[in-house]
Amino acid sequence: MRKKHQIYSQLRIFFFATCIAMIASSCKKEASPTDYTKIITDGQMEAELTAPPKVPKPIGNRSAMKLKVNMEIKEQEGTMTDGVKYTYWTFGGSVPGSFIRTRVGDEVEFHLKNHPDNKLPHNIDLHAVTGPGGGATSSLVAPGHEKVFSFKVINPGLYVYHCATAPVGMHIANGMYGLILVEPEGGLPPVDREYYVMQGDFYTQGEYGAKGLQPFDMNKAVKETPDYVVFNGKAGSMTNGNELTAKVGETVRLFVGNGGPNLVSSFHVIGEIFDNVHVEGGTLINKNVQTTLIPAGGSAIVDFKVETPGNFIIVDHSIFRAFNKGALGILKVEGTENKSIYSGTIQEGIYLPEGGTIQNMPIAKTGKTAIPKRTVAEKIKIGKEIFGTTCFACHQSEGQGIPNAFPPLAKSDYLNADSKRAIKTILHGLSGEVTVNGKKFNSIMPAQNLSDDEIANVMTYIYNSWGNNKTEITPEMVKSQR
Amino acid sequence: MQKSILIIILFLAQIPSISGQESKMVPIKEGTFVPLYGATAKKPVNVKSFYIDVYPVTNGEYLSFLKKNPSFSKSKIKGIYADKSYLSYWKSDFDFGNVNPKSPVANVSWFAAKKYCECQGKRLPTMDEWEYVAMADEKKIDARTKAEFNKYILSWYEKSKTYENSIGKTFKNYWGVYDMHGLVWEWTADFNSIFLSGESRKDKSSDKNLFCGAASVNATDLMDYAAFMRYAFRGSLKAQYSTRNLGFRCASTTKL
Repeated sequence: MRKKHQIYSQLRIFFFATCIAMIASSCKKEASPTDYTKIITDGQMEAELTAPPKVPKPIGNRSAMKLKVNMEIKEQEGTMTDGVKYTYWTFGGSVPGSFIRTRVGDEVEFHLKNHPDNKLPHNIDLHAVTGPGGGATSSLVAPGHEKVFSFKVINPGLYVYHCATAPVGMHIANGMYGLILVEPEGGLPPVDREYYVMQGDFYTQGEYGAKGLQPFDMNKAVKETPDYVVFNGKAGSMTNGNELTAKVGETVRLFVGNGGPNLVSSFHVIGEIFDNVHVEGGTLINKNVQTTLIPAGGSAIVDFKVETPGNFIIVDHSIFRAFNKGALGILKVEGTENKSIYSGTIQEGIYLPEGGTIQNMPIAKTGKTAIPKRTVAEKIKIGKEIFGTTCFACHQSEGQGIPNAFPPLAKSDYLNADSKRAIKTILHGLSGEVTVNGKKFNSIMPAQNLSDDEIANVMTYIYNSWGNNKTEITPEMVKSQR
Repeated sequence: MQKSILIIILFLAQIPSISGQESKMVPIKEGTFVPLYGATAKKPVNVKSFYIDVYPVTNGEYLSFLKKNPSFSKSKIKGIYADKSYLSYWKSDFDFGNVNPKSPVANVSWFAAKKYCECQGKRLPTMDEWEYVAMADEKKIDARTKAEFNKYILSWYEKSKTYENSIGKTFKNYWGVYDMHGLVWEWTADFNSIFLSGESRKDKSSDKNLFCGAASVNATDLMDYAAFMRYAFRGSLKAQYSTRNLGFRCASTTKL
């Protein structure tokens, strides 16, 4: 009885599933054909391969073709950062490896060549391949040899490729990864600029910045504690003259990959919002994204229009990696400013949490101890110490002040004109506009919690420094102004 | 002063003995060990006592072999025994050019290496024999778990053109054998047995390539990266292949 009931319910599920499948498939028929396995290729060409940050020309409207890819593997020494060398293993001589651009339906004939001077066998696993090992089962190639295999790209998207020879983590950690793009029919929407950016983590025996040729550190790799997290294989790949560039009003597309081997990237461009993100490099488009997550062995296509000029910093927003491990690049945008989108600094002022009025510091009990008589030299000596702890943060070490913020004390007409006013300023603070040496200042100086003796000393020091008029201030003079 | 003179004399005395002993062999005592791959159910493999060359075969030695066996020279060797890169760095059939005569011969196919050893009345070492000798450092028979030892081996992968170095410049291991690591890869008699035949691994698939995580499935020590690379390298080879970083040395079951 129970069995019968089960069969009945199974039948019912089957019936509904068939109905849903029929509805779904009828929907599919209305959209463009998605069975890319049936696309017939027309003609043959050699694939254009590019080193980062460049990408090959868009596919445009071309039909599916036989595409020949010649990829040479080279084990070579390169620069991780200034003074730090590393032996990279590369696809095509760069980290990340050469960018491969295809369209859906293309038949790729892949020639994988292992340079004779290389020490190790290598292979390639392309995530764009549908088949065992993504090509790795067919492509293990000894130094000085070549392997050929072919595949048809049947899913549009941006895919990672990497070496998968044992020990796979070490091959990836040494730079053996790159991107292969499969464009949809008719290509991606045209943009003004396209760039290739790929993140990777590196594990060296020395700490970040330790000089010389740094060997790979297996234990750090297993523990997942990299010394370097960088874009395009090295720190500074997109700074110091290697910046990505664009002009105001242009649309920029970044093909972003993450080779890993271990870390997941919080990809972010400081001061920009991605207008469109192909989430995980697939077909789903998300809009208005600040930071997109890129898994190890994954990708994203992001685009955005640059509306304002300036340097836009490309980072892994897991931010210590950007600050301390090298995950930082620059997109330099040139053109005229657009003040309605970004104004720049309009005003710079002093912020005081007590509501912007003059601060009242607790008044110390003074005058109980007898103040010793001091010579001018003694006052200057003591006054200099007080200046160094109390005044110099704003008025600066040589009394030069900071333009538009803090008035100068050096050769100061305001100071030299009236010593009583100067004493009052220290005792009671000062706010509002003043003119010093012909420049207007409109900020606030808080009252200073100093004794009569201390004020006398520091003012004597100030008056006897930087070309001022050598007035000597006594504690009595200060007391009379309290 | 006297001491340093003595050292110099001793040092000078060493030189002719090294050059005269290129093909010298040392005995290896019987023992067991667990190799990275190929051990059934991860049980230890027994290696019977044998003899192995102290150094890899040099360019100079290989030249004298070719003079006696011209059919193995660059231009005469049959295509099925060696691919086009066979001795590619040699100037001509009987001239290795400016290459250091004391450096290991490379770009030699498995067939040629096998023939060379046979002509000396020797044979190629088996993979287990080779691995057994190679796991020793200066003091221990099995130093595979020593971090420093592994680092030393791995660092070789990052040094370029070590094939230009003379033999005998790396460390002398427990058995008195040089250059197992740090100079060139070496052929073994059964280099492809792990991945090409399903017989040694009845249980698992016959996938001949090590790729991705699959490589870790049958391995006995996941931290022995140096060994992973040797097995992966051997797995990429065919008997007619030859590469610039691949040489060989000979072994013998009995004393010669």
